[in-house]
Amino acid sequence: MFVCLLIYGVVMAKTKIKEPKIQITWKEVRRQKVLLIWSAAIVLYGVIFCYLPLAGWAMAFENFRPKDGIFHSPFVGMAKFQQLFSDATFIRVIRNTLAMGVINLAVTFIMAIVFAILLNEITSKGAKKTVQTISYLPHFLSWIIVTGILHDALSGTGIINEMLMRFGMIQQPVDFFAHPGYFWPIVAFANVWKETGWNAIIYLAAITAIDPSLYEAAAIDGAGRWARIKYVTLPGIRATIMILLLMSVGNVLNAGFEIQYLLGNGLVQGVSQTIDIYVLKWGISQGDYALGTAAGIFKSLVSIILIVIANQIAKRNGEERLF
Amino acid sequence: MEMSIQMKKKRKKRSAADMTFIICNTIFMALFVIITLYPVINTLAISLNDGTDALRGGIYLWPRRWTFKNYTTVLQKDNLVTGAIVTVARTVIGTLTCLAANAILAFIVSRKRFMFKRQLSLFWVITMYVNGGLIPVFLLFKGLHLTNSFWVYIVPGMLNAFNMLVIRTYMEGIPDSLEESAQLDGAGYTEIFLKIISPLCKPVYATVALFVAVGQWNSWFDAMLYNRMSDNLTTLQYELMKLLSSVTNQGTSVEAMKNASGAVTPTSVRAAATILTMLPIICIYPFLQKYFVTGLTLGGVKE
Repeated sequence: MFVCLLIYGVVMAKTKIKEPKIQITWKEVRRQKVLLIWSAAIVLYGVIFCYLPLAGWAMAFENFRPKDGIFHSPFVGMAKFQQLFSDATFIRVIRNTLAMGVINLAVTFIMAIVFAILLNEITSKGAKKTVQTISYLPHFLSWIIVTGILHDALSGTGIINEMLMRFGMIQQPVDFFAHPGYFWPIVAFANVWKETGWNAIIYLAAITAIDPSLYEAAAIDGAGRWARIKYVTLPGIRATIMILLLMSVGNVLNAGFEIQYLLGNGLVQGVSQTIDIYVLKWGISQGDYALGTAAGIFKSLVSIILIVIANQIAKRNGEERLF
Repeated sequence: MEMSIQMKKKRKKRSAADMTFIICNTIFMALFVIITLYPVINTLAISLNDGTDALRGGIYLWPRRWTFKNYTTVLQKDNLVTGAIVTVARTVIGTLTCLAANAILAFIVSRKRFMFKRQLSLFWVITMYVNGGLIPVFLLFKGLHLTNSFWVYIVPGMLNAFNMLVIRTYMEGIPDSLEESAQLDGAGYTEIFLKIISPLCKPVYATVALFVAVGQWNSWFDAMLYNRMSDNLTTLQYELMKLLSSVTNQGTSVEAMKNASGAVTPTSVRAAATILTMLPIICIYPFLQKYFVTGLTLGGVKE
């Protein structure tokens, strides 16, 4: 809860100056009656579905038993957190989450920018439109479908093994899902496949906003395509790149649940399990609500710290801020 | 004279570099398109091919032995049909309620004179960064009797800060004079929302509806977590996931061959189910492109 207050304070402090305070008078209340009634309903909804679960964080400090509820379970302080951090599995799970989060962020981020810039260089309007339409497609497919596709492509008789064998790079089909070494690259590739076109949308919009006369001037000065990308396009979308990068940093720990859950198996679980999967496994399947909640709190706190740090960096560099 | 030759040489050299660029770029884009489309076309080919025959491999873009048996098998599976009905229901109801709720909230917080404008906005923006997490939410839904219920697909996701911000940004772009003149004519906030603001917001409503509908259509985790015990509340994606795990467990082994009834195998049935699941999305999304492009650009402008 203190974190909410912290964010609340920061945002309020920043925004309060901008607008004059609206006077609350009976006349206004009567005039805004409809708005106030709806707001009350919305706040009630928000309190139940968004803020009440935060009260459940108390479970992490208790030896929580469902039949005793939050108020009557014995308080144990930080014991659950100690248990969490003495668990070698949890440490490995943090490593997996961070590693996959960072790898995915890096490759999807770079690919989206490269794709947007190269797509922008296509002169034929029809071709550009067609490629862009096709590039969105995977974003709309569920992870269930994407993992199904991956299984087909990487299976013993799949296209990848087939091609590797045809080019003589391997003698026997490789079982990609049985080797821990392949797991992170497969996840990264799947993310690139699914999201490159989608993530490029915002960069393409930013490129469209660049003043065309800059390109003309560059062309007159003798700039080739590479030079124009380097000196006009990239500086033109720099602000967009920075703000999206900052937004993704806060999401690094969110980068892994569905695909890891769907693709993971006993052979690769040492590298595939993420914090979310750990919470699901211990919290729901094993019924240790307290431990699951503690792991969830850890994840939330790290995420918020990352967001605050990213925001501070942005502020220092004079870039746009998130809040 | 000499200079002009030099310049010509230079230009030629430059256009040669540009040519290389264009060629490389075309190859890159062609590869990109192939890698994006191949898996989908391959799944389509497998779904239209005889199941036992497909186990031999070697089916790429075109079926070897045509059959519609995979599709008829899918349509005869009760759980997949139930899943489809539930999925359609949650997509339609979920999208409509979510759109209405977010539109109302966005309308309220975009009124310039509303007294709790900032506070209410902030109340939702905070939920984007802080949430209770899986376990507390799970216990809350259990306590609210939302588990083993259809409404767990609808109610919890009804309001969402991101969608609200997208609509709010759009509404803030509508001139205040419209609202003021309507108020002079005696219109209350309800009329202003329904008759003046909403008709102008059609594009952004379409955007948000698309985002929500795709999310509803593709979700499976809520079905697994909250409604695992209720077979009549299963969703299409969750059934697809079960098919996937049955395929991976059996693999393309001899056992799978034996288990395969007639000409269909788990793999071929899954391919058919996959195609049927993605079909509605593939048919719709190209026509809604302009909407999600606007939506993403609006969403980029936060708080």
